Amino acid sequence: MNIIVCIKQVPDTKDVRLDPKTNTMAREGVSSIMNPFDRHALEEAVRIKEEAGGTVTAISMGPPQAEAVLREAISCGADDGVLISDRAFAGADTWATSYTLARAVSSLGNFDLVLCGKQAIDGDTAQVGPGLACQLDRPYVTCVQKIRSLADGEMIVERMMDDGYDVVRLPLPALLTVVKNINEPRVPSLRGKMKAKKAEIKVLTAADIGAEKQCIGLAGSPTQVVSVFTPPPRGNRTVFTGTVEEQIGQLVERLKAYL
Amino acid sequence: MIVDTAREIADEKIVPRRAELDEKNEFPTDILQDMARADLFGIFVPEQYGGFGGGCFEIVLALEQLARGCVGVATSYAASALGIFPVLIAGSEQMKEKYLPDIAAGRKWAAFGLTEANAGSDASGVQTTAVLDGDEWVLNGTKQWITNGGESQIYSIIAITDPSKGARGASIFIVEDGDPGFSYGKKENKMGIRASATRELIMNDCRIPGDRLVGRQGTGFITVMKTLDVSRPGIASLGVGLAQAALDEAVTYAKQRIQFGKPIISFQAVQHMLADMAIQLEAARALVYAASRHIDNNPRNMSKASSMCKVFATDMAMKVTTDAVQVLGGYGYMKEYPVEKMMRDAKILQIYEGTNQIQRNVVGQELNREYTI
Amino acid sequence: MLIVDKEKCIGCGVCEENCAFGAISVVDGCAVVNDNCTLCGACVETCEPGALNIEGAAKETGAELGEWSGIWVVAEFRHGGIAPVSFELLGIGRTLADQRGVPLSAVLMGSGVEEGAGLLIASGADLVYVVDNPELEYFREDVYGRVLEELIRARRPEVVLAGATAIGRSFIPQVANGLNAGLTADCTQLSIRSEDGMLLQTRPAFGGNIMATIVCPNSRPQMATVRPKVMAPLEPDPARTGEVILVELDDRVYRSRVEVLESVRSEQDNVNIQEVEILVAGGRGLASEKGFELIRGLAEELGGAVAASRAAVDSGWISYPHQVGQTGKTVCPKLYIACGISGAIQHTVGMQSAKTIVAINKDENAPIFDIATYSLVGDLFEIVPLLTRRIRENRGK
Repeated sequence: MNIIVCIKQVPDTKDVRLDPKTNTMAREGVSSIMNPFDRHALEEAVRIKEEAGGTVTAISMGPPQAEAVLREAISCGADDGVLISDRAFAGADTWATSYTLARAVSSLGNFDLVLCGKQAIDGDTAQVGPGLACQLDRPYVTCVQKIRSLADGEMIVERMMDDGYDVVRLPLPALLTVVKNINEPRVPSLRGKMKAKKAEIKVLTAADIGAEKQCIGLAGSPTQVVSVFTPPPRGNRTVFTGTVEEQIGQLVERLKAYL
Repeated sequence: MIVDTAREIADEKIVPRRAELDEKNEFPTDILQDMARADLFGIFVPEQYGGFGGGCFEIVLALEQLARGCVGVATSYAASALGIFPVLIAGSEQMKEKYLPDIAAGRKWAAFGLTEANAGSDASGVQTTAVLDGDEWVLNGTKQWITNGGESQIYSIIAITDPSKGARGASIFIVEDGDPGFSYGKKENKMGIRASATRELIMNDCRIPGDRLVGRQGTGFITVMKTLDVSRPGIASLGVGLAQAALDEAVTYAKQRIQFGKPIISFQAVQHMLADMAIQLEAARALVYAASRHIDNNPRNMSKASSMCKVFATDMAMKVTTDAVQVLGGYGYMKEYPVEKMMRDAKILQIYEGTNQIQRNVVGQELNREYTI
Repeated sequence: MLIVDKEKCIGCGVCEENCAFGAISVVDGCAVVNDNCTLCGACVETCEPGALNIEGAAKETGAELGEWSGIWVVAEFRHGGIAPVSFELLGIGRTLADQRGVPLSAVLMGSGVEEGAGLLIASGADLVYVVDNPELEYFREDVYGRVLEELIRARRPEVVLAGATAIGRSFIPQVANGLNAGLTADCTQLSIRSEDGMLLQTRPAFGGNIMATIVCPNSRPQMATVRPKVMAPLEPDPARTGEVILVELDDRVYRSRVEVLESVRSEQDNVNIQEVEILVAGGRGLASEKGFELIRGLAEELGGAVAASRAAVDSGWISYPHQVGQTGKTVCPKLYIACGISGAIQHTVGMQSAKTIVAINKDENAPIFDIATYSLVGDLFEIVPLLTRRIRENRGK
């Protein structure tokens, strides 16, 4: 099994708090982490490799500093890391990102499975996984919560739905996006960390993957951001006082519209 | 790197589950498996057997971080190291090849069987016997309060092979889970470190192959003493990690808790308590690190340093966790906050792997010897 | 390109502090951009002197923009009914269509769905394209995607809206990719720019702490998925008339590489927390699975559903579909009651757009109180049962 895992580096929101007055996010000094959903995709890939053999290649499209998440991926069990990085990629929307990743995946040779996280926690679009599958012209299933079986060129998976789940069969090569209850990601091993330190991270540029100029970066993005603004802060806040009985009385009074 | 990995295990795998494990008295099999996947069991195993060749200092670093999460879980890990030390110290090449790769990979865990009902602080009171019968050893006796009992696959058992020779008549054997005549007693219900499993080991005409003898016959107590010398700084570092966790909780709380219109950390009475906690903690950490480095240099005599750091760091942990409960006041006494568990966990550190009274004896005896011309 | 206007830059360094990628720094009193820049726009927003700008042209797809006309809504049909979000889409779709002076159409795909067309017309559609085929009985990404793509190619709508549900978010990106069309996920506001009739699509980014307004200047259709519970449906009017068009498609469109073996509806997870008006949520403060009985009791009394923080889900007290927040679902109910939830940002990004937020927590410093409309500091085990009883009594009156 040749498995490719798509990983995004995102800002860590762990210790971030909203400023209650301005309702803006304090981003100062925020470090970068591997997108949490992608950790689950990587873990699933490594588990498949441990069971069925093969290789796991982690790829990430991003600035040079995104190399760090690829090293982290290697420390968690990936065999290789490939960074897709070029200034020409900057400003890509989900269409251009899907295109760029598809070119990169194709340039890496044959694969059996591409795994992605359901969505990235900074953009929250959940569009790149399906977009990539479309660009690669491979079948895909989103929001996979379990891989039931994987053999003989096909797989049976459970796709989480809003009201339960579907059991779906699809042929390989294919693409899956995964949700977080598919597995419990491991902590990077000592050996993995040593390997990650020494690993050579291959860098692919726009020219390396044969990307067409009008399909990448800002120029390749059908959508365009026209304005960015901070949402208005939430309205008045009331802190009730008095005994528990009294506080509840006041609350019930205010909630009458909902009763 | 070891510190980072152990800390990630603590933060991601242990902290979210520690209250539940404590409440349910549940052994953390899956967390130990997570540690195994992270290669943590390889730290203390030599490289030729699949480990990283670390020493006492490396174990100390790992245990400190694990103990920040939960001393119960950390104890289960530490007990596996303790259980295999006799093989590392005195085992034959053949024996090392047989057991160490599995230990390094975390596929098997070990346990250390010394304590008996009448042999606690007085280890010479061991009554378990081993008799050679043809090619096999036959063991009889019961070990008490054995950490990882019933969960491990490999047990180091101290038994008397020649009752006439006193301390020189003891030997160590490896007993494996499933050996005929080997069984476990019920799981103990403890005050603290409830995530760790403590059971009796019962040997009733337990027959094991002749090659399970660790080292030469009659050297059992020497190996036990060497083992404990190397392992005690680990227990001390559990105290350091635990106290650090308690201090973290206490300071965080003191900054948040408002009384008389101010965070309580702004009151000198609280500040001084926190300061004393931090001072003692740093002193203990420095001593433990120094002692473990000293031991890694393989000096002729390591007992004094080993005992000193065990006493100081674990007494400190008891004090600091108790003070942490005090800083949190009524909340500290409630199960919703982690400090009451920390206080319960701290107590065992003063008792196991040689009570702190016995450790003081060791320090005193060593002093007496050193000053004898 | 991120352009720094050297005349305007005062070297204050705010951009540097706000860049999550370390891509901008102040050198000799002026901001300098390096290769790490992803053009995310965070610095542009925070630059008070207005010295930063992102320049660049959007993709040219050669689509003759004028040939595309009409507003489309993709109706979602599952387990024998039309999802509520479809009617909400018709509500906003009606407004957009009236502004543009074009018809509003709905696309209804499924097996045995034809009857639903009347309901869609009553709720605002002028036209309903019905694709009724046994192959559409179960949702399959590739078939649904191809059907919609075929319809769009043939009829050329200027705008296509779908619900940002599990289904919508799964297959709409594929359609957009196939059509080279721009797609904006999870929109919370939609309007028409009066100068040129473009669709202005506003969506939360960085978990709702920034809003971004997006257009598709050179491609058609303009596609968007819309978050459930944000748009208001119209009052259904059975007297409204409209046209129903049954669409027959070539068999090849229905050919799939994916087979649905089973579709399981979970009893416990039957309620989609994104589609309800009232949510009662529990967190770590519940201390155990049993704590959720209190939450359920209150939710039932209010006719709402149960949600949870990640801590509660990770502790195994309730299943993942109930999780609200960064790695769970984003919800915007009318009323959100957070019980024993501290309100870490990972949680609040998933619920801060709720109309009214009630927070019950014993820690007076919990960040949840920063965003709560009504705050009760105290023991939830005391407050929740009492509140449940009071609400019951109140209803009895």
